[in-house]
Amino acid sequence: MDTAFMPKEGLDDLIRQLADSGYRVFGPTVRAGAVVFDRVDSAAQLPVGLASVQEPGRYRLEESGNRRFFDFVNGHESLKRFTFASQEKLWSFSADGTFQSGLSESPRTAVIGARACDIAGMKVQDRTFLKGKHSPHTDPYYADRRRNLFVVAVNCTVCVSTCFCASQNAGPMAEDGFDISLTELEDGFVVETGSAAGEAIAAKLDLIPPKGARERAEESIKACAQAQVRYIDNDGIYELLFNNLEHPRWDDVAERCLSCANCVMVCPTCFCHREVEVPSMDGTGSDHVRQWDACFTLEHGSTHGRHLRPEVRQRYRQWLTHKVGAWWEQFETSGCVGCGRCITWCPTGIDLTEEIAAIRDQPGEKAS
Amino acid sequence: MSALPSNNPYLPMVAEVVDQMEEAPDIVTLRLRLTEPHERDAYRFEPGQFNMLYLGRVGEVPISISSDPAEPELIDHTIRAVGRVTEGLVRLREGDKVGLRGPFGTGWPMQKAKDRNLLVITGGIGCAPTASVVGYAHERRDQYGKVTVLHGVRQPRDLIYGNRFDAWCDAKDTQCLFASQESGPNWKWHLGLVTELLDQVEPEAIEGMIMMCGPEPMMRAVAEELLRRGRPIDDIYLSMERSMQCGLGHCGHCQYGPDFICKDGPVFPYARVRKLMKVKGY
Ligand SMILES: Cc1cc2nc3c(=O)[nH]c(=O)nc-3n(C[C@H](O)[C@H](O)[C@H](O)COP(=O)(O)OP(=O)(O)OC[C@H]3O[C@@H](n4cnc5c(N)ncnc54)[C@H](O)[C@@H]3O)c2cc1C
Ligand code: SF4
Ligand code: SF4
Ligand code: FES
Repeated sequence: MDTAFMPKEGLDDLIRQLADSGYRVFGPTVRAGAVVFDRVDSAAQLPVGLASVQEPGRYRLEESGNRRFFDFVNGHESLKRFTFASQEKLWSFSADGTFQSGLSESPRTAVIGARACDIAGMKVQDRTFLKGKHSPHTDPYYADRRRNLFVVAVNCTVCVSTCFCASQNAGPMAEDGFDISLTELEDGFVVETGSAAGEAIAAKLDLIPPKGARERAEESIKACAQAQVRYIDNDGIYELLFNNLEHPRWDDVAERCLSCANCVMVCPTCFCHREVEVPSMDGTGSDHVRQWDACFTLEHGSTHGRHLRPEVRQRYRQWLTHKVGAWWEQFETSGCVGCGRCITWCPTGIDLTEEIAAIRDQPGEKAS
Repeated sequence: MSALPSNNPYLPMVAEVVDQMEEAPDIVTLRLRLTEPHERDAYRFEPGQFNMLYLGRVGEVPISISSDPAEPELIDHTIRAVGRVTEGLVRLREGDKVGLRGPFGTGWPMQKAKDRNLLVITGGIGCAPTASVVGYAHERRDQYGKVTVLHGVRQPRDLIYGNRFDAWCDAKDTQCLFASQESGPNWKWHLGLVTELLDQVEPEAIEGMIMMCGPEPMMRAVAEELLRRGRPIDDIYLSMERSMQCGLGHCGHCQYGPDFICKDGPVFPYARVRKLMKVKGY
């Protein structure tokens, strides 16, 4: 399909068409002062007229002064919760000594409002969970959810102070990885399709030729990229960090870090999980369950009787050196897509871009 | 490397205990056999690889394979009881069932080591990953040169693989030496560090392929000493241990710089891990 234009009212129709095609439709909604993804059946449930103010350690929703749906930018949730469940049963064990897979066909799910950085984050997780150049095994639980996900991307035309997707080549425009993409203008949306499933839905919508709308959309996406103030200098960053594993900055950040793991929980690319055993009450079988885990917990790297990273300094270092450094070696990409969530949702406002810059400004002795 | 017979790599296969051998008071070798014929037929492993063993209603833990790959139907695991899962595993009896996933990880460089002497250096209480090396060479005596085993412990009572060492010491072209940091009754071996044993072996032994497992500070000290003695770094291999929950490179617990120890290791060339091993808490 060629680029098209959908008037503002078309959003309701899009939600309806997705629901009629058998998808559970999720969209951004406001809950407890933040935007979260929830089930929607009409555009009226979206955060129309709201913008978010985001700074290190701060998130507030405010009136935007216009009637746009997607000026809120993002909340703490990314697409991750739809593809990599925060808790799920992997299998169960029965008293007769057999195992039953917990895998069941996941419901077809459409998510409206995925940002370019969210899609980039999902593509980063694909490298961990799907068999290919970077992983010898497919995680069938992830793969199943991924296959049944319909992504309606929204290109960003406004950003918040914590965004730096442009520096991570992850936005503000989604190049691929979506089924349908929207760019919001005052009077409606520029619409593109990225898959056969997206084409099929778009064919049911009342779309009109874009005229000059496409150029206007591109202008505002470009302006959004230019408005970003934070960035990471990725040049030689793996060597930089691994040559500075004893840098005094790790002590400095450890004084501010609570080791609460918020940053891991909101990050679209963090994939750590623990497996736990939940024996049934009747004393026969048990469920083998996995849950999101974080390298900020004391138990994460610990083996019987030995805490591998007892100091917060060591745990923050583990997280950051992997995320923006070793990830390149392991997955040929940064583990950071510049969504800014870990900066916004850190209770003490720790900003990874600042931590990296501090090490780059005054690197220590080059290790042999 | 062998493929997983199951297309859901998280789902255990069922294995039956066919034999149970007590090695020492809290160390038991479990001989397992997969119950499904097609899984059993597809199962192959290399010395140095490990399985994830699941004990019903308790949990899953990584355990090295200690038997010979020429007989892949019988898979031995030498297990030391240290906690919830392992204490349950060592109590299993013939006919009991466990879950098994694997094999996982890299094996020892047995091809590269062909026609050479082997220097096996272990420390601490466990030495399961290297047991497979010695066994492998003994089964193929004409393919390998002299086998030298150096084993260091902190105190004499940590030397618990008694029977196994006795059998090794008696084998052809094999020498075993022990060191303990603390003295004790009847300690007839070296008193000191395992590195000091390097002075007690013939020079050709040190020229061999070097394979180590044990506590990281010990492995590092030995490796650095060998480098000081002019041994090329490419001849030094070691097996690393970390918390492991998936074995697949997915759960992140064994993350180590650019590697997952479960899939890129546990056996590494020393050159790959040398820099990070110097860093405390990494
Ligand atoms: C690659 C590899 C090979 C191993 N091979 C052997 C072997 O051949 N024989 C043997 O006796 N032991 C081996 N171990 C160590 C063995 O996995 C641990 O002793 C075992 O996990 C302890 O579990 P537990 O439930 O009995 O102990 P607990 O202390 O109750 O353990 C609690 C949890 O901590 C984790 N954990 C504890 N210790 C370890 C550890 N060392 N490594 C990883 N996770 C741990 C596990 O997830 C476990 O469920 C190996 C470990 C690794 C990583
Ligand atoms: S590290 Fe922070 S900014 Fe980067 S992707 Fe994760 S949450 Fe977003
Ligand atoms: S950096 Fe911030 S969010 Fe992350 S663990 Fe430390 S205090 Fe928590
Ligand atoms: S054990 Fe899960 S990533 Fe290595």
